[in-house]
Amino acid sequence: MTEASPLRALNRDVSLGLADDAVRGISPLALAIHRFLLWLRSPRPYLMIVGFTLFIGFWYLAVEVWKLPRFSEMPGPTEVVREWFSRNPTYGLSVFTPEYYLHIWVSTRRVAIAFFLATAIGVPLGLFLGWSERFKQYVFPVFELLRPVPPLAWVPLAIVMFKGSETPIIFLTFLASFYATALNTMLGVESIDVSYTRAASCLGATRWQVFRHVIVPGAMPFIFTGLQISVGVAWFSLVAGEMVSGQYGLGYVINTSYTMVRYPTIVIGMITLGIVGYVTSAAVRFVGDHLMQWRTRELALGGDR
Amino acid sequence: MSAQPATARSYSAVPAQPLRKGGVRIADVVKVYGTSEAGILAVDHCTFDVPPGEITVVVGPSGCGKTTLLNAIAGFHSISSGNIYLDDELLCGPRKLKAQPGPDRIVVFQNGALFPWKTNIENVTFGPIMQGLLSRAEAYEKARDMMADAGLRGIEHNYPGEMSSGVRRRVEIVRALMNDPKILLLDEPYRALDSLTKSVMHEALLEVFYKNRVTIFFITHDLEEAIFLGHRVVIMTTRPCRPKKILDIDIPHPRDYSVLTTKRFREFMDETAAAVHEEALKAFAAGEKER
Repeated sequence: MTEASPLRALNRDVSLGLADDAVRGISPLALAIHRFLLWLRSPRPYLMIVGFTLFIGFWYLAVEVWKLPRFSEMPGPTEVVREWFSRNPTYGLSVFTPEYYLHIWVSTRRVAIAFFLATAIGVPLGLFLGWSERFKQYVFPVFELLRPVPPLAWVPLAIVMFKGSETPIIFLTFLASFYATALNTMLGVESIDVSYTRAASCLGATRWQVFRHVIVPGAMPFIFTGLQISVGVAWFSLVAGEMVSGQYGLGYVINTSYTMVRYPTIVIGMITLGIVGYVTSAAVRFVGDHLMQWRTRELALGGDR
Repeated sequence: MSAQPATARSYSAVPAQPLRKGGVRIADVVKVYGTSEAGILAVDHCTFDVPPGEITVVVGPSGCGKTTLLNAIAGFHSISSGNIYLDDELLCGPRKLKAQPGPDRIVVFQNGALFPWKTNIENVTFGPIMQGLLSRAEAYEKARDMMADAGLRGIEHNYPGEMSSGVRRRVEIVRALMNDPKILLLDEPYRALDSLTKSVMHEALLEVFYKNRVTIFFITHDLEEAIFLGHRVVIMTTRPCRPKKILDIDIPHPRDYSVLTTKRFREFMDETAAAVHEEALKAFAAGEKER
């Protein structure tokens, strides 16, 4: 009918321009390597090194060279590093003592349990809060009233409610994570363009299918933002919990080192917290990138959306 | 195709012949947003036909209520009174103010609504798989054929976000056609595109139409687009929306872009431009009053 139309030629061209094999065969690992190489070639790693050098240099000068008044009691970086990597640490904790790893393991385990509980409860709750107006009207006011209560305020009740020292700490760690996850998930559902749900119902999807194929994946970017915040605040409230009760864990290390005047060990505990916290956060981001390849590709390869 | 004389007809003239596949009859439809006392009248006793197997383009100023009409046909919104029929079957009326959305009337959205988390082929196969009409393998085979037919070979496993917006619209139209709809409802689908892409998209849409003969209900505020595409052009008044002028465009199909420079096309433009401009001015004045 329209064989003469110039459109035919145009139609064929579309496939050529866009079906690039390099684009299609991209894996998360390849992307990670690609990003790392880009990062190495950018000025960022070198600026980062400069930043660290300045920070540690100031610490060194302030404590060990200038001996500034506020810093007189503080351990200097050489002292901390010597203690941290000592085979025979003065205060009993270094990378060569098994207790060091026991503390890391106990804290990580608590965070992991709390984080998974918070995710398992927070994500479904957030999805339903965003999906059902009625459900939100019942639950959200209570949620918003409890949310500003800081985890530390829950300490007495947590100890009364749960036996032992392990469960109260996990409960406290769980709380802040749970709020972050549930709230972000809800916002994620609410951020979904109504066109998507309408399109799905046009195409004959049932309400449940809309939930499964539109609401859940549509909220995914927000959910993972929430989970990254959630991991962060989990470490936050974990340390608070461990300082109050418990026998192991990095928060416990910091607190007991303070009372027993083992100052270098305090700093070892703090640096370790920073590193472990960063690693867990990166792991969540990695899982997110893996599950949301559509988004990773869109951002990496620049669709014009 | 009937080449009717290009006379403006009164909107109340309802043709007597029975409707065929994909014909929509909008009969005395009223839509009031909010309460009946303090509401906004969006659609005011609107009556016209969308003939089956043809392209009907509704033109009106932005915010005039034409999308309200489309949403009522699609089943996203209720109407306040009147009736809408699809092939003589009641979609919505006084007893059932909101139609049930379904795969016989598929909307192509203004900003596009391909699911960005699904690949192009997962998007295209979404309808039949959700409805359980085809197995995954069957749906994929059909989708591959249809996409190849539309010049979209080789992008099956890309995500929509990796495509240009023109390609995304075409994938979206294939997704709609997979369901063998009676009518396609296009809500200013090319609004966000640049004019070069737009002209390619117009011809692509016409090609799809010539191949499938699916009824098309197309909303736009672009008069040139309307006359180029439509068998019938319905010019709407500004809010509340009501047909001001209905034209049957007798430029023969198949059309391509050479039509734009013909004398007949210019005559249609001249005939309608005044009417559209008048409504645009009214809409502008109304906007100023609201501020």
